[in-house]
Amino acid sequence: MAATRPVPDTTDAPLIALHDVAVRFGQQEVLSDIHLSLHGGRITTLIGPNGAGKSTLARVILGIVPPSRGRVTRRAGLRIGYMPQRIKIDDSLPLTVDGFLALGMAGATRARRDALSRAGVAHLRRRAVQALSGGEMQRVLLARALLRKPDLLVLDEPAQGVDVAGQDALYGLLAEVRDELRCGILLISHDLHLVMAATDDVVCLHHHICCSGTPEAVSRDPAFRDMFPGHPATNLALYTHEHDHEHDLHGDVDCAEHHHHDH
Amino acid sequence: MIIELLLLPLLAGLAVATVAGPMGAFVVWRRMAFFGDTLAHGALLGAAFGLAFGLALYPAVVLCCLVLALTLVALQQQQIIASDTLLGIVAHTTLALGVIAISLLPSVQVDLFGFLFGDLLAVSGRDIVWLWSGALVILLLTALNWRRLLSITVNEELARVEGINVAATRTLLMLMLALLIAGAIRTVGVLLITSLLIIPAASARRLSRTPAQMAMLASLLGAFAVIGGLALSWFADTPVGPSIVVAAASIFVLSLLAPRAA
Repeated sequence: MAATRPVPDTTDAPLIALHDVAVRFGQQEVLSDIHLSLHGGRITTLIGPNGAGKSTLARVILGIVPPSRGRVTRRAGLRIGYMPQRIKIDDSLPLTVDGFLALGMAGATRARRDALSRAGVAHLRRRAVQALSGGEMQRVLLARALLRKPDLLVLDEPAQGVDVAGQDALYGLLAEVRDELRCGILLISHDLHLVMAATDDVVCLHHHICCSGTPEAVSRDPAFRDMFPGHPATNLALYTHEHDHEHDLHGDVDCAEHHHHDH
Repeated sequence: MIIELLLLPLLAGLAVATVAGPMGAFVVWRRMAFFGDTLAHGALLGAAFGLAFGLALYPAVVLCCLVLALTLVALQQQQIIASDTLLGIVAHTTLALGVIAISLLPSVQVDLFGFLFGDLLAVSGRDIVWLWSGALVILLLTALNWRRLLSITVNEELARVEGINVAATRTLLMLMLALLIAGAIRTVGVLLITSLLIIPAASARRLSRTPAQMAMLASLLGAFAVIGGLALSWFADTPVGPSIVVAAASIFVLSLLAPRAA
C-alpha cells in the first residue's frame, strides 16, 4: 500500500513554516535552529530519542508553546486537529463521548457518529469518557480531531499501546484521511519500524534537526544511523510494506472488552 | 408575618444559590475550592475597606474580590511557590487583615459574626436588587460562554488548539466567581461560602448525565438548601448561614442514596 500510493502534489504554500525557531526552558535550550515546513497532502513523521524535544516542537507547531526565538508562520485560517497522547478528565464531570466530541465542534449528531465510526469506536458514543481505556480514549481523541476536518492533523505517539495489526489499520486510515481531506499530517513517534513505511517525510530530531527527507533517504543518512545504532529500521532502507489483509482498529491490546480481529 | 420577614432573605438566598449552581460545578470540575475560599476571605477585607471609606458594601466587596481574583490569576503563572501554598498564604493573610481592619474602625459597630457566618435576615430591598442584577449578569455570561468554559475545563491544550482564547476564558470564570462570592458574603458569610458552591454541585453529580444537567440541578438543590436552612432557622432559632450549610449537607447525604446516573 505504501509502495503503490500516488505521490501527493505539494505545489501549494506550506500550512505552517518555522524559521530558525529555538525554545529554551530556563537555562536549558530544548530546541534550536529549527527550519521546518509542513504541506497539505503529506504525512510527516517526527522521530527522535526520548527527551529530544519532539513534543515541544509539536507544541510550538500547535501554538501551545511560544518559541523563544525565530518565527512561526501559519496559513491564514489554518484549522488544526490535535490528538494528544492521553488526557485526563476529572471524574466529577459527567461527560459522554458524544458530549466530548460536541465540545470540539458543534454540529449534527451524524457528523460525530461518522467521525467515531471512522476511528473505529462508534459503539462508545454514549459511554462516559472516564470509563474508556487508554486505547479507546486515544481513538475518541482521533475522532474529535477528524471531526474538525482539519488542514493539519497532529498526532502525538498514535501507535503507543496499539499492537501491530492496529498500527497497520491506523496508518491505513491516516493515508486515507490525507488523500480525502488533502490535509497535512504530523506524527510524533519513537517507533521507527512501521513509521518508516507509512510516511512521506521523516524529520529526525535531537534538539536540532539532524536530518530530514523521504524515509529511504533518511534511513541511509549517517546522522540517523548514529542516533539509532543497530536499530532494525536502519537496515530497512528499502523496506516495503506488505499489505494483504485488512485489520480494523480493534487490534488494540488494551481493549480487552471489545477485542476482535477482522482477519 | 412570616412571609414579610422571610421574603427578602429568601429572595437573596435564592439569587446566590441559583448562580452558585453553575459556578460551583466549575469549581468542582476544576478543583478550585481553595481558590473560592481565598476570594471569600478577601471579601472580608473589601467589606472593611468599604466601611472605612464610607462606600456602599457590595461595590467595595465586588471591587476587592475582582482585584484579588486578577492578582491570583497573575500570581499563579509563577513557578516559585506551589499554587495551593500561595492560596493558603493569601487566604489567611487577607482574612487576618480584614478582621484587624474591622476591629480598628473607630465609630462603627460592625457585626463581624455576620460577615463571617452570614446575616441573611438583615438584607434590604436594595441588596435584593444588587444580588439579582449580579446573578442575571453571571448567568447570562455563563450561558453565552458555556462551550468555551467547558472546553477549557476539559482540556486547556485541546481548547487552545481549537482556537479558544484560554487565558481570557479562564479570567472570565475567575471574575464571575469573584462577583458571586462578593454577593454571597451577606447570605452565608465568608467562612461558609465555599460550601454553598461545592455541596450542591457535589450532590448533583450523581444525578446528572451531562455538564449542563449538573449545573442546573446544582442550582435547584442549592435553592432547596436555602429554603430548608431558612425553615430550620425559623423553627429552631438557629443561625441562618450555618443552617443553610447543614441543609445542603443533608441533601448531599440523601443524594448518595440515589443510583449514579453516569
